[in-house]
Amino acid sequence: MDMKATKKKLGLKEKYAHMTRGLGWETTYQPMDAVFPYAKFEGIKIHDWERWEDPFRLTMDAYWKYQAEKERKLYAVLDAFAQNNGHLSITDARYLNAIKLFLCGISPLEYVAHRGFAAAGRNFPGVGPRIACLMQSLDEIRHAQTQIHALSNYNKYYDGFHDFKHMLERVWYLSVPKSFFDDAYSAGPFEWMIAIGFSFEYVLTNLLFVPFMSGAAYNGDMATVTFGFSAQSDEARHMTLGLECIKFMLEQDPDNLPIVQKWIDKWAWRGIRVLTLVGMMMDYMLPKRVMSWKEAWEIYFEQNGGALFNDLARYGIKMPDCVKQCTVDKEHISHQAWATFYQYGGAAAFHTWSPTDEEMDWLSAKYPNTFDKYYRPRFTYWREQAEKGNRFYSNTLPMLCQVCQIPMVFTEPDDPTQICYRESEFKGEKFHTCSDGCKHIFDDEPEKYVQSWLPVHQIYQGNCFTPSANPADPAFDPMLEVLKFYNFNLGHDNMDYEGSRDQQNFNTWRGLATKNV
Amino acid sequence: MSTVFIAFQTNEDTRPIVESIMEDNPGAVLDEQPAMVKINAEGKLVIKRESIEARIGRSFDLQELQINLITISGNLDEDDDTFTLAWNN
Repeated sequence: MDMKATKKKLGLKEKYAHMTRGLGWETTYQPMDAVFPYAKFEGIKIHDWERWEDPFRLTMDAYWKYQAEKERKLYAVLDAFAQNNGHLSITDARYLNAIKLFLCGISPLEYVAHRGFAAAGRNFPGVGPRIACLMQSLDEIRHAQTQIHALSNYNKYYDGFHDFKHMLERVWYLSVPKSFFDDAYSAGPFEWMIAIGFSFEYVLTNLLFVPFMSGAAYNGDMATVTFGFSAQSDEARHMTLGLECIKFMLEQDPDNLPIVQKWIDKWAWRGIRVLTLVGMMMDYMLPKRVMSWKEAWEIYFEQNGGALFNDLARYGIKMPDCVKQCTVDKEHISHQAWATFYQYGGAAAFHTWSPTDEEMDWLSAKYPNTFDKYYRPRFTYWREQAEKGNRFYSNTLPMLCQVCQIPMVFTEPDDPTQICYRESEFKGEKFHTCSDGCKHIFDDEPEKYVQSWLPVHQIYQGNCFTPSANPADPAFDPMLEVLKFYNFNLGHDNMDYEGSRDQQNFNTWRGLATKNV
Repeated sequence: MSTVFIAFQTNEDTRPIVESIMEDNPGAVLDEQPAMVKINAEGKLVIKRESIEARIGRSFDLQELQINLITISGNLDEDDDTFTLAWNN
């Protein structure tokens, strides 16, 4: 006999209460402080974990249901993409170089985020954040996996996609995003939440995922836009977790304010430095552009971040000081980064190129105060030299900032013709940073940052060569040996796009796709 | 007043959702970009379950929004009937 359901289904709030809060308990065999050893050492005071609110009120059963739906949608698109030669529908194979940088520099960090949120969920005594961190941890491993799956299709046809994990742990420019996550992961659980949950997810991911993924769609890259938006559908939840965490800390005890403010200042600057790479991708690497880095910055940081900090002002939180410098930097950093990669194009696992006249006109329209004055002459000169057969590749190694690990290429806030250097001393040794922001971070925790694994220092110390390298050989070429250690396919992964195997193959295959041969 | 926003993937699932939001929030501004649609509003934005159900002709759980959601800005409050984004200033 059929049973009639008589009880009304639980409402969202009741269901959330039963399926999260109801699952926690006070330990008895061991004191709570021994079970949660990292809950107090950062100095954050929490009096009542029950006050934690998750506005999405997501429970595990609903989580599985919606995540499964997202996966079904995503993999249907990936199959269609692979079955229909989707890689030939992109605007131009130059575009793929942005995606190589994404795969090597961003996707592995999704995996670190997975580990970090699993650890944070383990270390928070409160049930609300534990459940939210668990879900985010699962989201992050999904992001790593789906990105690797989606981009593996390009690895069948193009260079530079073959060994992202090996490269992440060794290559000079990939230490920039890697060190950001290592820095956060080696902090305590509350600082991790500010670093990733708040600064990265709430303040900055909009800049990474929204205009860039829209750009991927604009450039015909169905694989990337699909994993990007599938990942981004989880980000709204992550951003909410970051914002709730910060409000929770501030509401729990007034003593938390200075600690939280210090972390916001630090991680806003750390994140903004990493996003230099995204600025360069948007301004130089997308053949069709949705908006400039400066425009994206104005919408997603100045306007949206401004609204956020106005909202947090009631707790005493102030906009980070570094924003003044960012207002100057937004007109420079993407050009300075591309100029650097152009010069070091022999030592990168993606191609670089000279912007065309049309692209330079777009840049001068978007950057009327800076492009023609400081950057167009440089790119024009390099292009002239390349046309004469003197494509310039720097064979020296750049000096790196001790904190952000970016080569010292950024300029003084008040003089865009002068490279910015800052110096600190710790235990009788000198350490160099690229900016006031990074120097400030170094000076606050020198014991941490003197341990940085700086790729250039490591090369000079002899730690970046394969076992077969022989420095005693008169023909020993240190740069070449380092690139072998990085596992680059020399002459295919690196150098200019013009004349590359990617360029030739893409043009040939696209030609075949429209003809019967 | 600060701007709140919500963005969805552009597809047939989100079309009635976007239409409902635009009708329920006079003053909201639609910003259509490649593959995504973003709705900006001053101070507050409310999404109502009933309005979406009236358009799609079936019952709708507001948590389904998450499938096609791209990003949000503002403090969120969600219950069975409404999904609200607001800045407290």
